[in-house]
Amino acid sequence: MIELRDVRKAFNQGQHNEYWALSGISLAIEAKQVTALRGPSGSGKTTLLTLIGCLARPTSGRVTLHGRDISGLPERFLTEIRRKTFGFVFQQFNLIKGLSAIENVMLPAYPTGRPHQELKRNAEALLEQLQLGHRRDARAEWLSGGEQQRVAIARALINDPEVLIADEPTANLDTALAKEFMAILESFGAEGRTVILTSHDPLVTESAVVARLVDMRDGKLVKS
Amino acid sequence: MSMRPSSFVLLALGGLVLVFLGCLIDAQTPRAEEICATQALARRLGLTDLALFTEARYARHPSQADLHSAFQDHPLALEHFPSGSLIVPNRELLDRTTTTPD
Amino acid sequence: MNSWIERQRHLIDFTLASLLRRKGRNLGLLTVYTLLVFVLASAMLYTHALRREATTILEGAPEIVLQRLVAGRHDLIPPGYVERIGRMRGVQEIRGRLWGYYYDSVVKANYTFMVPADGSVARGTIVVGPALARQRGLDPNTGISFRSYSGELFSFSVAAVLPQSSELASADLILINEDDFRAFFAYPSGHTTDIALSVANPAEVRNIAIKLSKLLPDSRPILREEMQRTYASLFDWREGIMLALLSASILAFAILAWEKASGLSADEKREIGILKAIGWETGDVIRMKLWEGGLISLTAFLLGFVGAYIHVFKFGAPLFAPVLKGWAVLYPHFTLMPVVDGLQLATLFFFTVFPYMAAVLVPIWRAAVTDPDAVMRS
Repeated sequence: MIELRDVRKAFNQGQHNEYWALSGISLAIEAKQVTALRGPSGSGKTTLLTLIGCLARPTSGRVTLHGRDISGLPERFLTEIRRKTFGFVFQQFNLIKGLSAIENVMLPAYPTGRPHQELKRNAEALLEQLQLGHRRDARAEWLSGGEQQRVAIARALINDPEVLIADEPTANLDTALAKEFMAILESFGAEGRTVILTSHDPLVTESAVVARLVDMRDGKLVKS
Repeated sequence: MSMRPSSFVLLALGGLVLVFLGCLIDAQTPRAEEICATQALARRLGLTDLALFTEARYARHPSQADLHSAFQDHPLALEHFPSGSLIVPNRELLDRTTTTPD
Repeated sequence: MNSWIERQRHLIDFTLASLLRRKGRNLGLLTVYTLLVFVLASAMLYTHALRREATTILEGAPEIVLQRLVAGRHDLIPPGYVERIGRMRGVQEIRGRLWGYYYDSVVKANYTFMVPADGSVARGTIVVGPALARQRGLDPNTGISFRSYSGELFSFSVAAVLPQSSELASADLILINEDDFRAFFAYPSGHTTDIALSVANPAEVRNIAIKLSKLLPDSRPILREEMQRTYASLFDWREGIMLALLSASILAFAILAWEKASGLSADEKREIGILKAIGWETGDVIRMKLWEGGLISLTAFLLGFVGAYIHVFKFGAPLFAPVLKGWAVLYPHFTLMPVVDGLQLATLFFFTVFPYMAAVLVPIWRAAVTDPDAVMRS
């Protein structure tokens, strides 16, 4: 479904602190299963995630989605694809402070112009699904870590994307919550959603939910 | 608040716009009576100025003032009265293109 | 179309929530902004209305007033001048006017004594202006005395008080009989203060004025349009107090806008990054910010203007009264006829709304166009 061909990514190109985060990644990610990227920090897995999820463009190389080259698209199309296809869960959750949980969930759908009531119903359903219905009006900063993550997941799903992308999802969770998270992932897998995540948490990488494990080191894939 | 924030904002703004337009319409409605009466009085008495600045004699009839009465002592003199900062000598006097003595 | 409206409403929802997060600060901002507009609009409405009123009232002024100058200063019209003008073509009526100032030390006010053209005031009586009547507590049939400049005391009985609605033109007037005037001021007999001429054809006025100044070289004709023009430059924005007001407002506004435009906090930058990362385009972010700027500036403008309108036309601009009154003891109470100048309104709108919106947009432009992957890194 998603294919990367010899993708490289550099930061601060041309300057004295030029840094190549990815040096030639070729990867094919299948749909409807959970793929995990494993590697130490600095291995480039977060960068790879941003490229897969259209948050950034590669310095060289190609990214194709369903056979369509998306690495050269102008920003507007890229954003639309990103909105429709990918849902992001950030490591730091990145909820907007001052907004309630349900407002945070509805946020990615605002630019689509979908009717307000429809959005609200969707968001409520998602929160219910994640056992957060009772916290829908709580402000984001009052939520606990686990609750914030579930709101972040709900937010990622509001546009009903094909792919859910999560960056180090269990890094800020205790074991119990991490196990809960894996259970949620399992249900997604059963639904037929594609999930791509990064982690160096063995609880995640050694879980049965993960169908495929990709190892990385120093911006390159490690053949395993 | 049960109302959606944007609804509230748009309603409030809409209300304000209506009041604003009301003011503009109010300004357009003709109200001639009072001012016509005053104009008639001016005509009857032959008035040449408004009685707006009664604190200084030279400010009382600015349209009749000559250059000297407008600057009572000398052109750079500071104003004696606050009304001096509100009015200037007649533009014609300052233009100095008139042939009549000023 | 519907989806576009819904989209804008969503953006407004977000903007409002974002503004409410710092309620106190934004409310303060709105208040200051509204006050600025209020002051500017009040000044604008008041001065424009006053100028308009002056022009209209002075439509009743004589077409030409002839003054005499001796050594550059006002002097009386000697006897014979009216005859020397004689029958000039186009002039309907020539009338010597008698008027002058009197300083009343009792209330420290200046009055204007005037002999009305129609000679309607009987000897021993006066007709007083409404502000004067208020000040000295005069009603018809009350008596009042004035000490003339020769030291003698003159007593008069008030025959009538001029209508309050005409106060703007008649506040300090005392209409007096001609013989009383001459006696009171010890006016040299045969002399008049100036000459008022009525001309039928407005196109002829200038020519007649030129003829008059040729005929009487020491005279200075003043045309009605010049009188009206004196008031057209009243409160002109280039003059004294208006310039001070305008400069202060512009400065306050510049500070407001500069504060807004001086860059985003790290929090705000991060928030824009998050919005972009979850699927907002650059255009959406900018539109949202435009709504933020637009809502605040539009609200401030409308509130400020409506407040100014009510302040000036329903309450008579009480905030400006001390400024205008200056040290005058007699000040006319008047309410102006409401009038709004479209051009001034548009200028006010343009200069208050657009700079603020630009100030809101400028700092977020850079943040809005950067790639969202910066969020992942923070």
